[in-house]
Amino acid sequence: MSDSCDNHCPPMNDDHEVVKIAHGGGGRAMAQLLDGIFRPAFDNPWLARQHDGAVVDMPGAMAFTTDSYVVRPLFFPGSDIGTMAVHGTVNDLAMCGARPQYLSAGFILEEGLPLATLRRVVDSMAAAALEAGVQIVTGDLKVVERGKADGLYINTAGVGRVVAPQPVAPARVRPGDRILLSGDLGRHGVAVMTAREKLDLESAIESDCASVAPPVLALLEAGVDVHCLRDLTRGGLASALVEVSESAGVAAEIREADIPVREDVSAFCELLGLDPLHVANEGRFIAVVAEPDVARAVDVLRRYPVSEAAVEIGHFVQGAAGLVTASSMIGASRVIDRLSGEQLPRIC
Amino acid sequence: MCLAVPGRVISIEGDDPLTRQGRVDFGGIVKPVNLAYVPDVREQDYVLVHVGFAITIVDPHEAERVFHYLECLETLEQEADELEPGRPVPQ
Amino acid sequence: MKYRDEYRAPDAARGYADAIARITTRPWTLMEVCGGQTHAIVRFGIDQLLPEAISLIHGPGCPVCVTPIAYIDKALEIAALPRVILCTFGDMLRVPGTQSDLSAARARGADVRVVYSPLEALTVARQNPRHEVVFFAVGFETTAPANAMAVYQAQREGLGNFSVLVSQVLVPPAIRALLERPGNRVQGFLAAGHVCTITGYEEYEPIAREHGVPIVVTGFEPLDILEGVYRCVRQLEQGESCVENQYSRAVRRPGNAMAQQVMQAVFQVVPRQWRGMGDIPDSGLGLSPAYRSYDAETRFGAVNGEAEMRGDCLSGAVLRGEIRPDQCPAFGSRCTPERPLGVTMVSEEGACAAYYRYRRPTGGSARE
Repeated sequence: MSDSCDNHCPPMNDDHEVVKIAHGGGGRAMAQLLDGIFRPAFDNPWLARQHDGAVVDMPGAMAFTTDSYVVRPLFFPGSDIGTMAVHGTVNDLAMCGARPQYLSAGFILEEGLPLATLRRVVDSMAAAALEAGVQIVTGDLKVVERGKADGLYINTAGVGRVVAPQPVAPARVRPGDRILLSGDLGRHGVAVMTAREKLDLESAIESDCASVAPPVLALLEAGVDVHCLRDLTRGGLASALVEVSESAGVAAEIREADIPVREDVSAFCELLGLDPLHVANEGRFIAVVAEPDVARAVDVLRRYPVSEAAVEIGHFVQGAAGLVTASSMIGASRVIDRLSGEQLPRIC
Repeated sequence: MCLAVPGRVISIEGDDPLTRQGRVDFGGIVKPVNLAYVPDVREQDYVLVHVGFAITIVDPHEAERVFHYLECLETLEQEADELEPGRPVPQ
Repeated sequence: MKYRDEYRAPDAARGYADAIARITTRPWTLMEVCGGQTHAIVRFGIDQLLPEAISLIHGPGCPVCVTPIAYIDKALEIAALPRVILCTFGDMLRVPGTQSDLSAARARGADVRVVYSPLEALTVARQNPRHEVVFFAVGFETTAPANAMAVYQAQREGLGNFSVLVSQVLVPPAIRALLERPGNRVQGFLAAGHVCTITGYEEYEPIAREHGVPIVVTGFEPLDILEGVYRCVRQLEQGESCVENQYSRAVRRPGNAMAQQVMQAVFQVVPRQWRGMGDIPDSGLGLSPAYRSYDAETRFGAVNGEAEMRGDCLSGAVLRGEIRPDQCPAFGSRCTPERPLGVTMVSEEGACAAYYRYRRPTGGSARE
């Protein structure tokens, strides 16, 4: 990189370049990195102002969320850390009954990370943001020494305007409320595992990472009284159900036979002794509505590709808070619990 | 113990009987599997796989037997009912 | 998934459950030996479909659970050595030794690698010629042929940096030992189907005869287990005691000849200590003289020490089927998967873990 570089730097030659400590130093190297990779990708008026922060209009109640992304490997079938970083935060805002609008993005880069990799992640984020209709308006960049940060960590925070007329939260869950599941389970966790674990197998399973804001907003716009929403991330459907039940002070009963799991995801789980109910998802959620609203809600959800397989899987009941039971395929019942520790592939 | 999963052999490679390998399809997931312990296996056979080894070939006729046996039991029960309607169910 | 989903059909399950109820006139106590069967029973709630008169007891069918604590300690000792890579099945990773477990050792920097197949451990050895690679070979007869093959191939290739820490156990001697214990309540067995794909079931015939107990070789899906229970109860009701093969789609009477051949070349029968059961003669496998140089105990020192953990863990009683997990005073309170007192709560196949996962102490769905 030459010393005399003005605002219109020629495009960076990524081919053999890597992130260096200087890129995080706040000086010229950092400016070149921002101009060369970040600004072109996230291009919007706030970033163009190059200010310490972004000032945005946010009338009414605002939803605010944050999440950090440390997935390994950075790229896996169907998605990558960048796409996850956008959709994850967008989805959390949607779960609050809000229209996602603005994101911040903080990057911690490992010295030695190839610039080409960084560009790929950033471009992915830009594409995901465009798809989700959000803008990345402010951000931060740090570089740490080789050996830390696994290549790249991302934190995103997001804000959105609450559009739900009533609060969307576990406190509104009542015994008798039905549980709608937006789609099949386990694709994301399995996709990441196939890329990470060197399992020596051929699989066509891709991550389900996607924004779920469109069907959620459609539900709200249709006037469906959504009592609660929860997206299924780490810990899978099981954790989401247990957490909502616990917070709401109710128990839940679900029907295992009605929970959609693709055959290949099911086979993968069988091979490694995993339970699909505990496997991570990145584009799935549960919606809790009163019984009379079920048919209309399912109808709305099924109009969107991300929730085209939406189905009612059970309901909440009076009972011990957090106790979730599932009737098995053969009719007897078992307790569904949160995952304990890490799911280890079993042989025995 | 002994998680063994059924899969369909879609191809077989190797001449050395000990390291003979097959690609086995488990509902869409394909894994290489050692076939040393199923020397008679052919493509399209189903095998049970445990820790990367096929331990047996699934017999498709015997696989039906679980259902036939149940049918027999239900038929016997029906016949018994017809002979002695209202017979108390032992408990 | 073919050859799995069909055996979960609800109508057929109800059909078998009704058939069992019709023929049961008295209380009977059956034991299923295999951890995989325990898991299926608890997960699908099969015991809930059975009449009250039938008690299903869970046996010591979890090789992880019965491995003496001294073997975990030896694995930890080996893993801590420089230039050593310890390869293990995932199941062993969190089993507590006296002080620690392999997962903690790995977090502290030991090179411990989880493998899906013993052949992967061989690959690790080939790829790391300047490291000693030790494979923790645990299992029943189902896993023994795979473990044997790894050693067999290692010797054929002259792979000098590979060895195995062997903790292989055999099922029939354990069944005999259980039947010979004073106070034994078990009247019939569901034998482990996958073990029998390897060994066949001839060796169960003298046991059935001498002890007057029916033994039904049973599979792992709900319909298999229900049919196995039906056959066992039918024999008991009729005063019979023979060996039947429910799992005929996978098991043949002589077993797997090729697997037996390789096992007999690589292994020999040895006495073994079982957690929860003590010493059982001729109940395990060790490396035969021709393969002794591949024995990790030869290279790193013999295993000696305790089989059992001290303290108030009742896993021994659980393994022997004397108590159910939810009858242990520590179950769900002082002992949970996060803070396990013993191995039956840690091992995914352990009865305590299965009960904790699918039946909660706070009421849940247990019948009693």
